[in-house]
Amino acid sequence: MAVVADPKQNLFASGHTACAGCGQAIAAKIVATVSGKKTVIANATGCLEVFTTKAPQTAWRVAWVHSLFENAAAVASGVEAAMRYLGKIDEVNVIAQGGDGGTADIGMGSLSGMLERGHDILYVCYDNEAYMNTGIQRSGLTPLDSNTTTSPVGKRSRGNPRPKKPLLEIAVAHNISYAASASVAFLPDLKKKVEKALSYKGPKFLQVHVPCPLGWRHDSSLTIEIAKLAVETGLYPLVEYEYGKLISVRKIKVKPVEEYLKLQGRFRHVLKDEEALNQVREVAKANIERYGLAL
Amino acid sequence: MYPIGLLVGRPGSSMDNKTGSWRSDKKPKFLQKDCIACNMCFEVCPEGCISGNGKNTYIADYDYCKGCGLCAYVCPKKDIEMIDEGEEL
Repeated sequence: MAVVADPKQNLFASGHTACAGCGQAIAAKIVATVSGKKTVIANATGCLEVFTTKAPQTAWRVAWVHSLFENAAAVASGVEAAMRYLGKIDEVNVIAQGGDGGTADIGMGSLSGMLERGHDILYVCYDNEAYMNTGIQRSGLTPLDSNTTTSPVGKRSRGNPRPKKPLLEIAVAHNISYAASASVAFLPDLKKKVEKALSYKGPKFLQVHVPCPLGWRHDSSLTIEIAKLAVETGLYPLVEYEYGKLISVRKIKVKPVEEYLKLQGRFRHVLKDEEALNQVREVAKANIERYGLAL
Repeated sequence: MYPIGLLVGRPGSSMDNKTGSWRSDKKPKFLQKDCIACNMCFEVCPEGCISGNGKNTYIADYDYCKGCGLCAYVCPKKDIEMIDEGEEL
């Protein structure tokens, strides 16, 4: 008997107002559905919050709360403490989630606090590599040489001058039980990682690479292909850490970075600029060497 | 004491928004010929508006489909085609 595909089973309903082809919507749908009905989600401000809760409606079929940009992890900590007090912590999954800006920049302090205090929470960072909701401003997780509205390309600029913040390593440095990176291009892997993360006690961290057709300037049908190429070129390594130790990496048949870059408007200038291209190649090379990604 | 924030008591009430009206160019046509029920289209659909039960039964809910084309792109059997909005299914 074939698998039944029933949208009513998704804990993330249709009718949300994400752009066509939104990678974050795919990942959020998977995370909520895998976590199950007994889940409380604390959401940071960002695209995900805005497009899922067009007042007075909600796309969530689980308990969901939004407070501010910077405090998703702090709100989740409070929820977790309340669940613990009520003796329900073992039956309820508490998830905090936000975009890359709400996690790596604005919510960094409260995220670190949550990880340090040892709350039993899964933090999911949907990494679309800029502040997409407000109009593609660069964030701490914007990759090197990416064209954004606050790092525009011109005679004196090749886009974002700074490399991507090592957010996963920062989370790992807190010596938490589980930390991993995932991608919307590998959905079974993402599901497995969410399930695995929720099976651990204590703070867990997941960083999911989610293309944004609007901000990355690509066709809406290419979301999955681009996320896949990010992994296969070594620019977005999929790794898993357990108590600070690297336990697995997804091995790849390395592809040239141009294949990833050429599909996106935000990197169009890089292909015409050998020096910028070499910078991006260096990033991929460093990742491949560091994690031993090459098959 | 009144709640300070907005409380929404209807889970999944976003279903009230028929986002299918956003489609401007293409829409997916499920050919239902070579489908192997791999569930890929269902999994990748950002709207979560594809349903099916077994081979050659998958279909999108055009009330919500925004026509992004991801289902057609990932279909391993090329059994989903993007056709013009005006064309008949």
